[in-house]
Amino acid sequence: MSISVKFFARLREELNMDEAQLEHVTGLTALQVWQKITGQPALPPKTLIAVNQEYASEDIVINDNDEVAFFPPVTGG
Amino acid sequence: MPVYIKEGVFEPFKEVQQYQQQLEADIGKGRYGASTVFVGSMRDFNEEHDVSAMTLEYYPGMTESALEAISNEAKQKWPVLDTLIVHRVGDILPNDSIVLVAVWSAHRAAAYDANRYIMEALKSRAPFWKKETTVKGGKWVEKNTLA
Repeated sequence: MSISVKFFARLREELNMDEAQLEHVTGLTALQVWQKITGQPALPPKTLIAVNQEYASEDIVINDNDEVAFFPPVTGG
Repeated sequence: MPVYIKEGVFEPFKEVQQYQQQLEADIGKGRYGASTVFVGSMRDFNEEHDVSAMTLEYYPGMTESALEAISNEAKQKWPVLDTLIVHRVGDILPNDSIVLVAVWSAHRAAAYDANRYIMEALKSRAPFWKKETTVKGGKWVEKNTLA
């Protein structure tokens, strides 16, 4: 009963964390995942969220075994 | 419509040549009348300082899926025969190729338009992040250039 959490790029460096595990509870949202792991009340501006490697919003409900990722705006190409 | 993430230096025009030979073997010669190739490479300057190197981070799994989805969208929007995307990750030096987008179609409009679409979608949605090395140290790039 857990979810996996990933951080990329500037967020990974600022939090000094690339991956974490969190116990799943019913009704948990992506924002609550962020709050529980980082202790910060809000996402930094422009932070993007992916759940199971697809873009999602901060109020999406997370299921058990989901993979949740937080990262800054993308800058490839 | 393959997508490749490469850790080391790649030669975009060799990639195109090799893939096109494979494409001709698969679908037959004379099937396409237009091919467009976009290559993005690393500048040694950006907004504030000279840039001596760069590191490109990505999200293994999601990055490939995003690029595959973008290729499929292009194929739905235009009569495209095939596409090829190659994107570099890891440590990069000025003048190195970063990205290759190639599109093959019967006529030029679809080849031009689909190539631009893929490139713009890649820049706005594919999870890659650039960190530049400048005289002042490492600096994450926060936004894309306009075009």
